[in-house]
Amino acid sequence: MHARSKTLTTSAAVIYAFLYAPIAIVVVFSFNAARHGAGWQGFTLHWYRTLLANEQALSAARNSLLLAICSTVIATVLGTMLGFGLNRYRFRGHRFVSRILYLPVFIPDIVMAVSLLLLYSLLRQWSGLFQLGMTTMVLGHVTFQIPFVAIIVRARLAGLNPALEEAAHDLGANGWQTFWRVTFPLMIPGVLAGAMLAFTLSLDDFVVSFFTSGPGSTTLPILIYSSVKRGITPDINALSTLMIAASALAAVTVTLLQRNRKV
Amino acid sequence: MHLTAELKRKADPVATSAPTPAIEMAEISRRFGDVTALAQVSLSVRRGEFFSLLGPSGCGKTTLLRIIAGLDIPDEGILRIAGQDAAGLPAHKRPVNTVFQSYALFPHLNVRENLEFGLRMKKTPPAERARRVSEIMELVEISELSSRRPSQLSGGQMQRVALARAIVNQPQVLLLDEPLGALDLKLRKQLQLELHALQQRLGTTFIYVTHDQEEALVMSDRIAVMNAGRIEQLGAGCDLYERPRTRFIAQFLGSCNILEAAVQGRTGGRLEVRTKFGNLEMDLGPSARPLSPGDACTLAVRPEKVALRVDRNPHNANCFPARVAELIYTGSETQYHLEAAGGMLKAWVLNTRVGHQGLHAGEEIQVQLRSDALILLDD
Repeated sequence: MHARSKTLTTSAAVIYAFLYAPIAIVVVFSFNAARHGAGWQGFTLHWYRTLLANEQALSAARNSLLLAICSTVIATVLGTMLGFGLNRYRFRGHRFVSRILYLPVFIPDIVMAVSLLLLYSLLRQWSGLFQLGMTTMVLGHVTFQIPFVAIIVRARLAGLNPALEEAAHDLGANGWQTFWRVTFPLMIPGVLAGAMLAFTLSLDDFVVSFFTSGPGSTTLPILIYSSVKRGITPDINALSTLMIAASALAAVTVTLLQRNRKV
Repeated sequence: MHLTAELKRKADPVATSAPTPAIEMAEISRRFGDVTALAQVSLSVRRGEFFSLLGPSGCGKTTLLRIIAGLDIPDEGILRIAGQDAAGLPAHKRPVNTVFQSYALFPHLNVRENLEFGLRMKKTPPAERARRVSEIMELVEISELSSRRPSQLSGGQMQRVALARAIVNQPQVLLLDEPLGALDLKLRKQLQLELHALQQRLGTTFIYVTHDQEEALVMSDRIAVMNAGRIEQLGAGCDLYERPRTRFIAQFLGSCNILEAAVQGRTGGRLEVRTKFGNLEMDLGPSARPLSPGDACTLAVRPEKVALRVDRNPHNANCFPARVAELIYTGSETQYHLEAAGGMLKAWVLNTRVGHQGLHAGEEIQVQLRSDALILLDD
């Protein structure tokens, strides 16, 4: 390695410090024996043990996982179909439909959340269904997850050599066989990457969850928010650290999937 | 139109005597928007033939191949594969297989699984499938690659796997779309010979698309040279090279000097023409079109057939003086750019003697265009 510009190295270090300092502090303090204050009073796993004994926290964790799993499964199926359709078929208005796919990605969460709340209340008046709770939360999460899955799946398909499907036809495979034996296996890394991203987004979401939750459907982000209002406690640090670990795990999985299945 | 009629006659079993051609095409046309990729192409490929479609990029050769494979559908025309009308026959039901330019190996399957793909689709029993795949892997020398993924193969290995994946299905016709295009020159030359030997051994009809004229000459029994969606000339490599019919063929296949000429007179089998290099005499082929004095025509002469002489012999016909303007030494031969009173001329001389040889730049010499080296073109 040649000596790089010092300015460059320093500025990179500053930016990374800026990015990771908050995370590092939460992680460090989750192991700090001190209940209050900024001083280090020794390493402890006490706060993690407290957390595991906290019935509220465990129930919130269950809700978060249930919400993330349900919404991810639905969004992955629908998003994959959407991504495949947009890649394969050209129809009137294709450009328009492709463009507005990106819109929910850019719309502020809070606008999305308020819109969903309004929609649910209207639907509730008409149908009597859509009581706020786990179902409305799953539906809300699915709406913001679908575009991410569809965009990733479509990008994956666009990157495939079109001659692969032609080769399958040429070797005697009909349309159905070609899809299941060639196209789908090659789509899988994109589908899994989309699913992982959707899962992480759901797990971390606060705004949409907060607006669409009902009694008994508190998730981890909502629990953290309401606890913090009463002051930051070390067991919240421990909870945050676990959530960081879960998200990091999902991100690493996405990267590994894309690397191993490189085509 | 008469070819269509001929095809119909051939389809009649009573009229059939010669074996059915592997591929018969009559007036196949294909347009992409405003672009005509193929304009009424008619063609017949014999069984067991190594047939090449040669032409510059965009000439329609790949489209023609894709139409035979069923990966593209012609707008008009008739296509028969082994005597059977291919209209309405989808790609996966045609008795042909393709070696793709990009190889198109399935990245999620290993080499053996790639080779098995076609046989699985045909529901070949597992035992026979395994036997045939092993045989082909041995034939193209890829047995040791059996469990590798395509991403772990070199370009030459991928090429062999793509070839094996196609021929293991024992197609009536094997279609090859510039299969050696991505390989380096040395490997390409080696694989050209291997492909030719393989074709001889299998006896399968090969239709080979290439833009490389040398490649086509090395391997093919016959070559169809395509230009702008049409077959410009079809024949054995030697015929195309020695008797090009058009300016395009003369210049695309090898190198050529093109001379504009005006007919002066005609006596029996000989024609006297006026060119920028003076009056020349030439032999007329048996099929020459009728020409009378005053008609304009185009002549071609291959640079290696231009004779250079140091001595001046006024009795030699078709001789004129020139000066060596430039020379390019390529090892086996030297390419001279000659400047005569009428214009420039290319002449290639094989370096047959040992040691430094040949002419120097600026040297004055005599050029002779022998009467049998002059080719009369149609356009």
